[in-house]
Amino acid sequence: MEKLRYALYTGCTARESTPELLKSTLAVAEKLGIELVLLDEASCCGASHLQDYDDFLSLVLNARNICYAEKLGLTMVTICNTCQLNTAMTKHRLDTNPELKAKVNVKLAEVGLEYKGTSEVTHFLYAIIQDYGLENLSKKVNVPLSQFNIAPFYGCHNIRPSELQNLSNGGENPYNPTSLDDLIIACGGNNVDYDAKNKCCGFHAELQSPHTAAVLTGNAISGAMDANADWMVTPCPLCHLKLDVQHHGASKAIGRDVKLPVLHMPQMVGLALGCTPAELGLQHHVTKVNFV
Amino acid sequence: MDEIKSQQVTFKLFRFNHETDYIPYYNTYVLDITHEEVILDVLNRIKWDHDGSLSYRRSCRHGICGICSIKVNGKAILACKSRLFDLIEIFGTELTIEPLSTKRALKDLIIDKEDFWDKHAQVKPFLVSDIDENPMLENLVLPDDAEKLLEADYCIQCGACHYSCPALEINDRFIGPAAFAAAFRFAADVRDDSSLERLHIVNEEAEGVWDCVKCMECAEACPKDVNPIEKITKLHNMIFSTGIAKNNVATRHAVGFAHSIEKHGLLDEGELVRYSEGNIGVLKHMPEAFEMWKNGKIVMPWNMPKSKNLDEVKKLIKSSSTVKF
Repeated sequence: MEKLRYALYTGCTARESTPELLKSTLAVAEKLGIELVLLDEASCCGASHLQDYDDFLSLVLNARNICYAEKLGLTMVTICNTCQLNTAMTKHRLDTNPELKAKVNVKLAEVGLEYKGTSEVTHFLYAIIQDYGLENLSKKVNVPLSQFNIAPFYGCHNIRPSELQNLSNGGENPYNPTSLDDLIIACGGNNVDYDAKNKCCGFHAELQSPHTAAVLTGNAISGAMDANADWMVTPCPLCHLKLDVQHHGASKAIGRDVKLPVLHMPQMVGLALGCTPAELGLQHHVTKVNFV
Repeated sequence: MDEIKSQQVTFKLFRFNHETDYIPYYNTYVLDITHEEVILDVLNRIKWDHDGSLSYRRSCRHGICGICSIKVNGKAILACKSRLFDLIEIFGTELTIEPLSTKRALKDLIIDKEDFWDKHAQVKPFLVSDIDENPMLENLVLPDDAEKLLEADYCIQCGACHYSCPALEINDRFIGPAAFAAAFRFAADVRDDSSLERLHIVNEEAEGVWDCVKCMECAEACPKDVNPIEKITKLHNMIFSTGIAKNNVATRHAVGFAHSIEKHGLLDEGELVRYSEGNIGVLKHMPEAFEMWKNGKIVMPWNMPKSKNLDEVKKLIKSSSTVKF
């Protein structure tokens, strides 16, 4: 197999509150022989909030990020669902609207860049599944996760709106997504099914609507617990922060003590590939990972 | 003529009569369906051939009246428009048919939609314009101005987005995606004189656009591609551009991204929370922040990572910003 190379857009969270995500992503890439070139020039995607304030500015900044992947001639991979949504949305809007693209390029020219539209943008989850292949991955699994019931938590911004995700993220159906379930199976684990797996964790309304956000988090963890999950896994660091750190507030909001360890998608793959807990940064979790 | 393909499907059908039943129950039917049938055909067959007491709403049968919206395996659909073979492709051959909102069920698939209409009324979904009642000329709207509505006027009030919205499910004061799309539709209309009033309505805390959780469920649910979340974002933008944005946690949360990106390229997560909540409000996050700090999840201000070529970002923020707060 030809060596896979991608430009990695880490987003902000992986460099700050979820250092374990960046660590485990790099560890898994190394085990699989995937080369990730870090886009250190990239800025924040705006997380759908800058978009509420200044839409044009968010387009210019996201286009600038993509420019750096284009310069390398590589597909951009993201490790955060919200980075994925905002970057892919920018790409989609610029690629389908020449007038808007020209307007954005006028600004980018001021810093010597040009957005062309030559790089694809996809989440690392789909790069593993589609480019590396689940069969190839299962061949590399040396610590199968067969003793675990694992609850996949997809995260909204990787699966909706499907019109956009079909272009960038492999086009699974948001009402019955399978990618993360398939990945769990490829790692030898038992995927559990529950209603909240493709629902919202509440992260984006946490400050302005704390009760709504806490109930959504509570529903997600409690659904996974009822499905007899030992732990959860998510491709999104924002979902992770909500589920891993905020279970106290969530428990209070729904009137039930909810708590489950939550792994980042690459941490789960890393475990199956035989990475050590330290290599995957498991010590950084607030809800302690008590099974390895 | 194309060959008729058929398939055996198990339907679990939600049944409930709010006048006589304490809890809902499900009836199961195993039917052979063909590739030509839509969900409404199945409901008709069950009612006509098996159980005449089954209740559901139907009218135009052309996907335009919006009355037959229901949920199949949690997906909001128009019964008259959704082909069974498409649903089987997503969910397999066991399909659960439920009303849009089980908690609002009156009889089987018929729900009490009063909350939906109340929310619509709240945003004044009509043109407010002082026009000549006996005009000599047509009131023309130029194509470019009509484009500004962004298909928001395609809404058929079916409720698919409204009853798929998780924020609304939890907070019943939240106005919700359908009514927001309607608010945008009139606020964006060049003939309308009440734009600002409507923007004030959707700018309210707990009710307005700020409580949207950005899950994109509304965009996914809409059978008419109205894309309500896009209109919600536009309403956010209009609230800022008209200068009516209040100085509160929600607005500062949006504006804080611009400040942080200008300073670091990346988002300073801790500073965003402090800026949004204020120096006193931020204290309530301290227990979690302490847990995070203990586990190496808090980057101290002096260690804040910065984007390479930060001068480019600073320059672009200066030249490309279109709003002020």
